[in-house]
Amino acid sequence: MTTNINNMNYNVNEKGYYGEFGGAYIPEMLYPNVEELRQNYLKIMAEPDFKKEFDQLLKDYVGRPSPLYFAKRLSEKYNTKIYLKREDLNHTGAHKINNTIGQILVAKRLGKHRIIAETGAGQHGVATATVCALMGLECIVYMGEVDIARQAPNVARMKMLGATVVPALSGSRTLKDATNEAIRDWINNPVDTHYIIGSAIGPHPYPDMVTRFQSVISQEIKWQLKEHEGRENPDYVVACIGGGSNAAGTYYHYLHEPDVKIIAVEAAGLGVDSGESAATSVLGKEGIIHGCKTLLMQTPDGQITEPYSISAGLDYPGVGPMHAHLAKTGRAEFMSIKDDEAMNAGLELCKLEGIIPAIESSHALAIFDQKTFKPTDVVVVSLSGRGDKDLQNYIEYFKI
Amino acid sequence: MNRINKKLQEDKKLLSIYFTAGYPSLNDTVSIIQDLEKNGVDMIEIGLPFSDPLADGPTIQASSTQALKNGMTTQVLFEQIKDIRKTVSIPLIIMGYFNPMLQYGVEAFCKKCQEIGIDGLIIPDLPVDVYHDEYKATFEKYGLINVFLITPQTSIERINFIDSISNGFIYMVSSASVTGSQSGFGDEQTSYFKRIADMNLKNPQIIGFGISDNKTFTQATQYAKGAIIGSAFIKHITNNGIETLSTFLKEFNT
Repeated sequence: MTTNINNMNYNVNEKGYYGEFGGAYIPEMLYPNVEELRQNYLKIMAEPDFKKEFDQLLKDYVGRPSPLYFAKRLSEKYNTKIYLKREDLNHTGAHKINNTIGQILVAKRLGKHRIIAETGAGQHGVATATVCALMGLECIVYMGEVDIARQAPNVARMKMLGATVVPALSGSRTLKDATNEAIRDWINNPVDTHYIIGSAIGPHPYPDMVTRFQSVISQEIKWQLKEHEGRENPDYVVACIGGGSNAAGTYYHYLHEPDVKIIAVEAAGLGVDSGESAATSVLGKEGIIHGCKTLLMQTPDGQITEPYSISAGLDYPGVGPMHAHLAKTGRAEFMSIKDDEAMNAGLELCKLEGIIPAIESSHALAIFDQKTFKPTDVVVVSLSGRGDKDLQNYIEYFKI
Repeated sequence: MNRINKKLQEDKKLLSIYFTAGYPSLNDTVSIIQDLEKNGVDMIEIGLPFSDPLADGPTIQASSTQALKNGMTTQVLFEQIKDIRKTVSIPLIIMGYFNPMLQYGVEAFCKKCQEIGIDGLIIPDLPVDVYHDEYKATFEKYGLINVFLITPQTSIERINFIDSISNGFIYMVSSASVTGSQSGFGDEQTSYFKRIADMNLKNPQIIGFGISDNKTFTQATQYAKGAIIGSAFIKHITNNGIETLSTFLKEFNT
């Protein structure tokens, strides 16, 4: 039997599941925090003064709407119409701030005055440190020791913004372990602390809350594309996926538009079969990570394995439960891009369009070498972040 | 009657020890269990190590990482303890995170536990409602007691719900913390212990997290049926070796 993808629901249900994925698999110590959030997040987000403050900050502080840019030379090269959603032009240089603005406003309304976060590439850490400075709240960011080394500029930015950066020293010392440490902090500080999760992962209601805050991306694409092309719906929306927050926001308003094809781009690392990869939809199996049931990379015995990608932001062994559902139902096409392919696509964007992309976003750009689009196709790619933080990696890779 | 229920009826305060299976060495599991019983321990939590133990502090996490490096898996543990009931009669509980059990197959896992003579399970990241809706019948089919945690933040309604679906004991987390992060109990904790004791729940309570010596053990068991020691025990065997576990246990007047 084939699933009719047109009739499916891709939003979260009242129990916190996307199909079979999601839920809240958390220790009892976290239950009161997560339950408080679950009971309040939709209510808070629906309040007129919340909406007003959120929209105002996105406009005046983040600089939204972010442009939807027709990439002319890139389009010519690949003989299709490529639009870039310029999340790289947001304040702090990535899409991450859409969510941190939203969550800090929720945290304030819940009376929290201490903020914790995990970060991989450092973009979410910077975005969290930024909004904490904006609101005058204490900020602690957990970051894997390996990531601290490869994302030094972002570590410095967080410190300048007044955050405390705590290295995660366990496991692979990357995003997964930073997330573990943040969760432990929340267990130890259950009353005054809000945990701003940066990706569309974690126990319900996090994947849904993060997705809703990021959904401003596709909300804007709709009217912007209407201006450019006379239609709201592109033929394809494309985004890179680690945990999947920029992807969730890029897809959100198109999930139930069957004429819009969804492409999710994972990091293949050195190759999907190399043993050094982060392509969760291919290598992952259903299980539980960081409080939700989803696809994750693990041993047959259920131990979570260490992923690999040159991009710190995609170096995560799981994927958000919504994306697991999109993969399982076939609603999204999942592609895997290797380190080399991403790096070259990143450099190509520099040369053709004068834009230095984050290595994460370069993965999404690399699909044009692998997949042929029609000349009339309109393909919107989420340019989730800018490449300043990755300069050192680009310098080393290309021996610049 | 399940060994846990039988033990809970004894007229004494219960000393329960947690240790990580496969630590310090892969094949220490059985001898640790046997020695704990010989030295008067009332109940044992056998920790099935997990790569990402969210509710545990550095001590148990490090022992889990080492155990996994040593080659511990669910299958290896079951193999090691398959004949444990020939030599050990106190209640044995497996404590572990849900993902390894899910991958083994929840029903297969429960069945194996019954065959071996495991009496109960503690799974910190299996939520009460998911257990109730999806797994309770399976656990009961194989005679396993599932033990739930409560914390100082757990609401009265939720404690009553947990009490209603429990049939062994309630694991009282002494304070808002991961394992091994406390030293000594203050007024806040003793008033929480008293508050729960006064609820007269149908299930007895056993206190864990922060029990490290006879003083904290005595404080805790003033209000509860027993107490669980984990991190402090693992620290002891890390520093002194498993041969000396009797010196660690001698201190406790149970």
